[in-house]
Amino acid sequence: MSSIVSIKNLSKTYDSGFEALNSINLDINKGEILALLGPNGAGKTTLISTICGIISPTSGSVSVDGNDIIKDFRKTRKIIGLVPQELTLGAFDKVWSTVNFSRGLFNRKKDDAYLKKLLKDLSLFDKKDSELRTLSGGMKRRVLIAKALSHQPKILFLDEPTAGVDVELRKDMWKIVRKLKSSGVTIILTTHYIEEAQSIADRVGVINEGELLLVEKTKTLMERLGKKQLIVELKEKAYQLPETLNKYKLELNEDGSLITYTYNAKDGGTGISKLLGAISEAGLVVKDLQINESSLEDIFVNLVKKL
Amino acid sequence: MINHRAIKVIYQNEMTRFFHTLFQSIASPVISTALYFVVFGSAIGSSINSIEGVSYALFIVPGLTMLSVLTQSVSNASFGIFFPKFTGTIYEILSAPISFYEALIGYVGAAASKSMILATIILITASFFVDLNIAHPIWMVAFLVLTCISFSLFGFIIGLWAGNFEKLQVVPILIITPLVFLGGSFYSVSMLPPFWQTVTMFNPVLYLVSGFRWSFFEVSDVSVTTSLAMILIFLLICFTLIAWMFKTGYKLKE
Ligand SMILES: Nc1ncnc2c1ncn2[C@@H]1O[C@H](COP(=O)(O)OP(=O)(O)OP(=O)(O)O)[C@@H](O)[C@H]1O
Ligand SMILES: [Mg+2]
Repeated sequence: MSSIVSIKNLSKTYDSGFEALNSINLDINKGEILALLGPNGAGKTTLISTICGIISPTSGSVSVDGNDIIKDFRKTRKIIGLVPQELTLGAFDKVWSTVNFSRGLFNRKKDDAYLKKLLKDLSLFDKKDSELRTLSGGMKRRVLIAKALSHQPKILFLDEPTAGVDVELRKDMWKIVRKLKSSGVTIILTTHYIEEAQSIADRVGVINEGELLLVEKTKTLMERLGKKQLIVELKEKAYQLPETLNKYKLELNEDGSLITYTYNAKDGGTGISKLLGAISEAGLVVKDLQINESSLEDIFVNLVKKL
Repeated sequence: MINHRAIKVIYQNEMTRFFHTLFQSIASPVISTALYFVVFGSAIGSSINSIEGVSYALFIVPGLTMLSVLTQSVSNASFGIFFPKFTGTIYEILSAPISFYEALIGYVGAAASKSMILATIILITASFFVDLNIAHPIWMVAFLVLTCISFSLFGFIIGLWAGNFEKLQVVPILIITPLVFLGGSFYSVSMLPPFWQTVTMFNPVLYLVSGFRWSFFEVSDVSVTTSLAMILIFLLICFTLIAWMFKTGYKLKE
């Protein structure tokens, strides 16, 4: 697959001296949905802002559709749309005039028919003469999306599109994203939620402390990350696991009171009920059960350890 | 390849805001001009002799216009760029395919246009109080345009530089207003004692007001060419400063 955004050794140190990005290398494929996953302060917004031209890179380079984002900024920016994380909108502008403003900034000829359809798709059309300050947060988010799409970009950046958004809008948003994808638009979005990345993205990139820890197909990553642990507490300590339980690859702790079973929640059958049956058949009595799920933090710790 | 549509929408967007608040935009200069005429022109002016053959009420018209033009140019242009920076909407300008200079033309052009409109309104208001005859209309317009542009540029610099609202307001209040009042707007420099005359020569506003006044009445504190040269120098300084700010990405981009 051909890449549309190519990031090479990109680093960013803010004026304060803080290093927010540390030598990022990433190729974004044409037409894919890429989710950037990472905790607060990981550097997601910094990465996006650099590609879009809002902040200057300290070192490294980015090319968009074969053009350098600094030397050929007109060409690269023209095909990029950005929905920022914060709800930054002029208070007194009207919806219709603000989308026209955005379109003009990107040097596109007026096109009322396109903008009308865009606002309709975003359920904003009946608000087109409202002042932005009178809109609810969710509607403001829609306006930001409309502004980002006003110039028909080929690449769309969505910085935490689902923060503070209700279920309805979230569904709408994913519908729009899928539609854009089917029309050939490349979409990069950031999120804190693994589930969100899983449901929409073709690939997932994980960022932490300014480093891109991995980029992988969503499916592959989910298999790796979907691990859970079932901890079985025994009523009476076992000194050795019965052979009948061998196929479950269990671990017994040192004093023999806890059995740990690792399984993948994303697999079809988890094998838990069979395991519990086998345990009681082997004559062991279960006192309590506990399930450990790997949190985002565990996943990061795991990733850092592995790489 | 200039992104002319971007310049146009920035300009229009700024002007729309001006026309939305048209009443405030116009009411305050009109009222203050009228007040100046009542107080200085009629009440006090009647007991002041005419200056170099020009009645006092008439004499203050150019200074009065400059006072509004300078303060409004600086405050319009500085707010114009400071506000998007403050609210974060500047992201859109920064991520659009436009150069710094295109944005500059849009913002400064709009601020200068507003000042031109304002100056026109003030002159019209003044014409209700005094018999206004303009000796050199073309020079008058030229001085006005140059002043509007250079002080809008200056305002743009202030807006870029200002990190907060206080700084934004301090410049018009602490710098522009005193300079205008002490720059011979309401008196002829020749009326001052020699020492203060020399001090006044360091005030750039003196040259603006003097040249502008000459275009009305053909009386001036300094020669017209000096006035023109000074405005052009000021314009050049602002341009240089802007170019330097742009090159270093000063306070616009991290
Ligand atoms: N203008 C700035 N000056 C100095 N440091 C900054 C600046 N902007 C961001 N940072 C720092 O850079 C780091 C990365 O910030 P960034 O906004 O990119 O994170 P993020 O991954 O988008 O986080 P979040 O999920 O909270 O949006 C943070 O530690 C942040 O404090
Ligand atoms: Mg962020």
